[in-house]
Amino acid sequence: MSNAHSGAAGNGPAAGPAGSAAIQNRPAAPATGESSGSGPGPAPSGGPGSGPERRQSLSQRGLPRWAPAGFAAAGIVIGVAVGAGAGLQSRVQWGLIAVVAFLVISYAVTSAVENSRQAKDRLATSVVWVCFILAVIPLFSLLWVTVSRGMKVLDPYFLSHSMAGVPSSQAGGGVYHALIGTLEQVGIATVIATPIGLLTAVYLVEYGKGALAKAVTFFVDVMTGIPSIVAGLFILAIMLMGKIEPSGLMGSLALAILMMPVVVRSTEEMLKLVPNELREAALALGVPKWRMILKVVLPTAIGGITTGVMLAIARIAGETAPIILLVFGSQLINSNPFEGAQSSLPFYIYEQYKAGEVASIDRAWAAALVLIAFVMILNLVARGIARWKAPKTGR
Amino acid sequence: MAKRIDVSGLSAFYGSHRAIDDISMTVEPRSVTAFIGPSGCGKSTFLRTLNRMHEVTPGGRVEGKVLLDDENLYGSNVDPVAVRRTVGMVFQRPNPFPTMSIYDNVAAGLRLNGKYGKSRLNEIVEKSLKGANLWNEVKDRLNKPGSGLSGGQQQRLCIARAIAVEPDVLLMDEPCSALDPISTLAIEDLIGELKERFTIVIVTHNMQQAARVSDRTAFFNLAAVGQPGKLIEIDETERIFANPSVQATEDYISGRFG
Ligand SMILES: Nc1ncnc2c1ncn2[C@@H]1O[C@H](COP(=O)(O)OP(=O)(O)OP(=O)(O)O)[C@@H](O)[C@H]1O
Ligand SMILES: [Mg+2]
Repeated sequence: MSNAHSGAAGNGPAAGPAGSAAIQNRPAAPATGESSGSGPGPAPSGGPGSGPERRQSLSQRGLPRWAPAGFAAAGIVIGVAVGAGAGLQSRVQWGLIAVVAFLVISYAVTSAVENSRQAKDRLATSVVWVCFILAVIPLFSLLWVTVSRGMKVLDPYFLSHSMAGVPSSQAGGGVYHALIGTLEQVGIATVIATPIGLLTAVYLVEYGKGALAKAVTFFVDVMTGIPSIVAGLFILAIMLMGKIEPSGLMGSLALAILMMPVVVRSTEEMLKLVPNELREAALALGVPKWRMILKVVLPTAIGGITTGVMLAIARIAGETAPIILLVFGSQLINSNPFEGAQSSLPFYIYEQYKAGEVASIDRAWAAALVLIAFVMILNLVARGIARWKAPKTGR
Repeated sequence: MAKRIDVSGLSAFYGSHRAIDDISMTVEPRSVTAFIGPSGCGKSTFLRTLNRMHEVTPGGRVEGKVLLDDENLYGSNVDPVAVRRTVGMVFQRPNPFPTMSIYDNVAAGLRLNGKYGKSRLNEIVEKSLKGANLWNEVKDRLNKPGSGLSGGQQQRLCIARAIAVEPDVLLMDEPCSALDPISTLAIEDLIGELKERFTIVIVTHNMQQAARVSDRTAFFNLAAVGQPGKLIEIDETERIFANPSVQATEDYISGRFG
């Protein structure tokens, strides 16, 4: 595999398709520069026109490593040039032209310089990259907008004061009451939903068989699809029947309904990943089944379970609808979730945005930033726990 | 401690599929009994019926009797957990608990079953690791994860874990199939030592191993694919290898099988 021929041996790609002949000599392809990711496999088909006979050498002409970056740059240049030249208004159109140009260039150049298998490989890689960037752009622009607009009023004062006595048109006030509300409501929902969800998942994976398990699985699936407003209405109906006043707890109940199926699903998947051999090893030691689950199965899966619970918390932390219905919203600090109206971060954002004043919209963005940070911190904590608890491989 | 096993008329099922049919044999205490036979003839299935692990598999069902010193394992008042405490098992692939250290792996059976003082636990762990010929290799890293050992060491760790609970019988399902010749030898030596205290049953595909370690050998076979496996004969190992009474056994041992 070491005898690197220089240049195309024998029947290198003959003259490419008419259009690409010019491009062909642009990146001076050194024979040693293997294109990224392409192994020196036996590549029977040269460029178009090469006969069925096999190539002698295992090495082949390749594009340099920086070729993809070059293609991308060329694509962007073409996109900008065509977009500006044709006077297209929308930047989205520029971007689309650049994407198409990038894909066409990378395919054409690679098939001309290397071969058609490499070109397909390159095309697939390019498409994946484009999709990745398309997915990341909204994410980053969202983060960027939230951070840049939210930082304006976000300071310790904002975090430690409520909106008591602050008219919505005036600057000042804070998010403290909403933060308390979110922490308490989400906390209570987690305390309710996590044990139930965990135990349900343990039942489904370790014990459940027959009609009951099927029924439980079915209802968990149905619950996963419940819109949050429906969960809110369900609790509201109970409140109206029982003549119960709105409070943080009522919101927590609706959030718990939303959280439970997510916990069940993720825990179930994690428990299924625990190898059966470990269960058998524990049982063969004469360990009762419940202890086996407690001491062997759950510890093995704890990292993944924690991540699942954290993701479920992140999901419910952003729910607005049940809070509007059940917690009612408040401008004042009420740290008792069992009595009286409370606020919460998503509700606060909604309320401030609806007020429509400059100051209140600033506050809405700052609160959004606080909410994102809250979810992000939870996520990091979850990852930390998952890494810390994951089975250690030792070496 | 070591106990005699008396099996009579034992059949095992996976759902409606009969995997082994009407097996009767006696396993002597303080001896090594080897099970040999072609793949799929039900050796593992039979082994797992001896400590009621068969019923752990979904659809697993057993008919017949297994007497452990005159007590039927499948009697109506018998607790399978108690049975498994008396009849230990080592699996084909080493399966240490990944979340536990070497020490905790060995202590797992004891800890999971009841309370032991710290010094008593230390004592048992050391004794079991020595019993499994692993002590010298791991004594300096008892708190490292058990999955960080080599395959052969992991298997010996699993043996240490199994003997730490002091069972009366030790079942081993191809314990050396994933190991190199040196680890295999270590485990075979170990089996020789363990039979002083335990009744040992070992499944193996290695004829030489069966000849080396076992006192008695049982040959299993099945008539055709999909048919239940049957016990063809069980006898002194020397007789099975030198002069078996059934032609099929001789064919299998000498490699003329199939
Ligand atoms: N979990 C299971 N579900 C259904 N059938 C099974 C299961 N395990 C084993 N069987 C069937 O039972 C029969 C006996 O299998 P067993 O594992 O006991 O064979 P074995 O003699 O141990 O083979 P090997 O030497 O390959 O380990 C086989 O026909 C197999 O297909
Ligand atoms: Mg087997």
